[in-house]
Amino acid sequence: MIGSLELTQLQQLWWIICSLVGALFIFMNFVQGGQTLMFTLAKSPEEKTLIINSLGRKWELTFTTLVLFGGALFAAFPLFYATSFGGAYWVWIAILFTFIIQAVSYEFRRKPNNLLGAGTYEVFLFINGSLGLLLIGTAVGTFFTGSNFLLNDYNFVKWQHPLRGLEAAFNLFNVSLGVFLIFNARTLGALYLANHLKHDELVGRCRRAAFVNLLCSLPFLLIVLGGLLTMDGYAVDTATGAVSLESGKYLANLLGMPIVLLLLLAGLLLVVAGVYLAHYRKSTQGIWFSGPGTVLVVLALLFIAGFNGTAFYPSKVDLQSSLTIYNASSSHYTLTAMSYIALAVPFVLAYIAYVWRSMDAGKLSLEDVAKDGENEAY
Amino acid sequence: MIESLDLSMVNWARAQFALTAMFHWIFVPLTLGLSFLLAFFETIYVRTGNEAWKRITKFWMSLFAVNFAIGVATGIILEFEFGTNWSNYSWMVGDIFGAPLAAEGIFAFFIEATFFAVMFFGWNRVSKGFHLFSTWMVAVGSNLSALWILVANGWMQYPVGMKFNPESARFEMENFFEVLLSPVAIGKFTHATSSSFQLACLFVVGVSSWFLLRRRHQEMAKRSIIVASIFGLFASGFVAFTGDESAHKVGQFQPMKLAAMEGLYDGEVGAPLLIFGVPNLEKRPGDDLPAFHEAVGIPYALSFLTNRSFNSFVPGINDLLYGNAEHGVMGVTEKMTLGKQAVEQLALYKGAKKVGNEAAAQQALVGFEQTSPYLGYGYLNSAEEAVPPIALNFFSFRVMVGLGMFFPLLFLAFLVATLYDKIAEQKWLLVTGVASLFLGYIASEAGWVVAEVGRQPWAIQGLLPVGVARSNLTAATVAGTFFMFLFLFTVLLVAEVRIMLKQIAIGPEEN
Ligand code: HDD
Ligand code: HEM
Ligand code: HEM
Repeated sequence: MIGSLELTQLQQLWWIICSLVGALFIFMNFVQGGQTLMFTLAKSPEEKTLIINSLGRKWELTFTTLVLFGGALFAAFPLFYATSFGGAYWVWIAILFTFIIQAVSYEFRRKPNNLLGAGTYEVFLFINGSLGLLLIGTAVGTFFTGSNFLLNDYNFVKWQHPLRGLEAAFNLFNVSLGVFLIFNARTLGALYLANHLKHDELVGRCRRAAFVNLLCSLPFLLIVLGGLLTMDGYAVDTATGAVSLESGKYLANLLGMPIVLLLLLAGLLLVVAGVYLAHYRKSTQGIWFSGPGTVLVVLALLFIAGFNGTAFYPSKVDLQSSLTIYNASSSHYTLTAMSYIALAVPFVLAYIAYVWRSMDAGKLSLEDVAKDGENEAY
Repeated sequence: MIESLDLSMVNWARAQFALTAMFHWIFVPLTLGLSFLLAFFETIYVRTGNEAWKRITKFWMSLFAVNFAIGVATGIILEFEFGTNWSNYSWMVGDIFGAPLAAEGIFAFFIEATFFAVMFFGWNRVSKGFHLFSTWMVAVGSNLSALWILVANGWMQYPVGMKFNPESARFEMENFFEVLLSPVAIGKFTHATSSSFQLACLFVVGVSSWFLLRRRHQEMAKRSIIVASIFGLFASGFVAFTGDESAHKVGQFQPMKLAAMEGLYDGEVGAPLLIFGVPNLEKRPGDDLPAFHEAVGIPYALSFLTNRSFNSFVPGINDLLYGNAEHGVMGVTEKMTLGKQAVEQLALYKGAKKVGNEAAAQQALVGFEQTSPYLGYGYLNSAEEAVPPIALNFFSFRVMVGLGMFFPLLFLAFLVATLYDKIAEQKWLLVTGVASLFLGYIASEAGWVVAEVGRQPWAIQGLLPVGVARSNLTAATVAGTFFMFLFLFTVLLVAEVRIMLKQIAIGPEEN
């Protein structure tokens, strides 16, 4: 069945799959959001420990989603993997650093004799949740604003800016996207904690935090959306493959792909609905609205970047070096093989959902964490 | 294809890969083996209902978790390092190499990440049976991740199932199953996992020995030793068997690596396998100096290892470089000539395509296809570049094999002494047990040095030299990140070791 798909269909399929993994990662960033909230939400060391233990049951899933995102891009769009990681070197190295320090922090934080002290590991978590997401946002921003690279005849990349990717952080649109991601993650983090914790007072603070952080995210969202709808975009001539700057390209993409417009609006609505339910209706289920809403918004953004004759990784300095899902992809054979492998994804999601439900059947309380004891609790 | 070759950048990138991979490999083998030991301990607990086994499981699990966290932290760097430091590589072979990495994410890492949370936090939240199942799944998931990454690595050692596409100027996959089931991939998987089981058993035996020396938690220590030394004995047999197979395959598919491991310059019929030797560091390919100052070997053994026949010919470095017509060995010099033609024809083809000259393109293509198997050799500057470092390979190989012969004896001694309940008095044995904990790590890292340094100068054996595989970065940039990683990983390692030592000092909770 998959074997009979055309190359272009496979390329589109894989852009959808990669976008989905990316979108799920942004949803799972509620872990990162929670990491930046714990300093203000918790009023005692016990409460902080409770928050960390709640997030600590999920951080690996988020981390693994990031790893899968990298792996999937490598397999499906190797030219993007090579160009972006080898080119925008410093921004990716910086992002990776914030994830290295995250990975040890949960496990090491409260262990006796841990060299750096609990406070340092908490700061590591904060850096991961703030700087990490800011940089991811600026990197994703370049999908629209473009980067500074050249590809030679053999598709080997040469970056044209000494900051090697960090220059993206000097662009208002990119930075706003990053800041938006931070506040969105904090909103999601608050909603997740409100759902997962058995601690009335703390849950009350989470509800308020969800609301406040949603408000904080709005101005940045407006800059991003405003920018997106007005900026020039990198259009590809489907016949020749030539790339050119087209004014209002992303607006045209939205209008040209009504489904994507629908995704975007539905997503934004769901995000707001989740916060509304949590803040005004005292519901604990907000995360199940805002989370999927986030997924839809990110999907819409990535579809705008990649579909409808658009270069998803454009080069500012040499338009013809820009990457599209058609010139950056793997071969027909590999995409087909990978598609068979991807058939396992629903099973993966199913057992994750099953385990999540059975582990979270009862909410997490201070007593639970105390019972887990020194050796097991984070 | 490459405009200016900055050798020092390539060397920094190699050093960085070596550093990060070797750090990752400090934690991974323990994860691979200890996860199974945990599953064994917990199975005994569930079967017998004896709470002592639950305490044993929980104690080793707390060490497992500390190790696991830093394993994950070091792993993410590797995943992205192919892109950051080896971007030409990522583009040229991503069509093949990316697939197992993605499969690893889908099939392995999620299993680990999901069931790890149950194993660690689920004692009071899920049923006994589901908890046990989760512990087993962590073991399965970890070892599946080893499978996929070793398939990727096996392909670098022995590239199969693909073809160079002159249109895109990259290698493209033709047969996924050939990649997955390549004999080298299977050999690597079986050897790396079994040796990791061995390492984890040494870890358990070592820590338990320390408890016995201190006369603490003696019951737990003895129980742990019994399980670990039985598993260790089985693993040891497997390690020796798969190790021999690995060496055989190296002989078949990477003869230059084998020659380097043995310091063999001039090929021989009925070649001996050296047990020990002092390589002559002055020796260069093509000269008349002796290769060794001293050497002791087992006659005919190398021929048997390589070709499974005592009287067969094993090519040496000189044969492989300069050719040996008598035994049908094509030299690197000859391959380089063909390779340079391939590079030239490829450039002609690309040029003709660009200006739309179909006839010239077709002509260049014909020329290219005749010489394309040697494309990679076209990028070498001299034949001698094709020789990996000899002394490092020679000694690493001997350290690994020597320890591989020693470990089963150690497990046997522990098993017998514990079964006769004499272990607590065997001070010398206990001290050896503690020391062997470290020897396991040395053997394991030495194995990787053989595998990876022996592959030099190829990123993909015979196809893509490291000089072409690199990213376009300055040496200073890569050196900078090298030291950043060195610093960060060292700090984290020190923290990990201190936490481990403390956890061991605290010991299991007593009833
Ligand atoms: C506890 C660790 C350990 C022990 C005792 C041994 N090995 Fe090993 N060996 C490894 C751990 C290891 C490893 C780290 O797992 C390697 C690195 C790459 C690989 O696939 O496995 C390896 C690689 C490796 C290679 C290189 C494969 C290649 O280049 O592709 C050979 C030839 C052997 N081994 C042979 C042996 C033999 C004959 C042993 C004798 C019993 C032995 N090893 C014991
Ligand atoms: C975790 C265990 C591993 C260890 C300890 C290890 C060790 C090393 C060492 C010592 C080098 C440097 C060789 C040299 O430049 O002389 C190296 C290079 C490299 N290794 Fe590994 N390696 C490991 C696993 C892997 C795996 C699984 C892969 C691929 C899937 C891999 C891919 C590479 C690459 C791309 C390089 C750089 C290019 C090169 O120098 O050939 N390594 N590794
Ligand atoms: C050089 C190539 C390698 C890459 C790119 C790589 C990548 C990674 C990544 C990204 C992680 C974190 C996964 C997570 O999110 O849980 C990880 C962990 C792990 N890797 Fe590797 N890895 C490499 C070498 C190896 C080798 C050679 C093995 C086994 C033979 C291995 C086995 C594991 C295991 C068992 C884990 C689980 C965590 C732990 O280390 O305890 N890896 N690796």
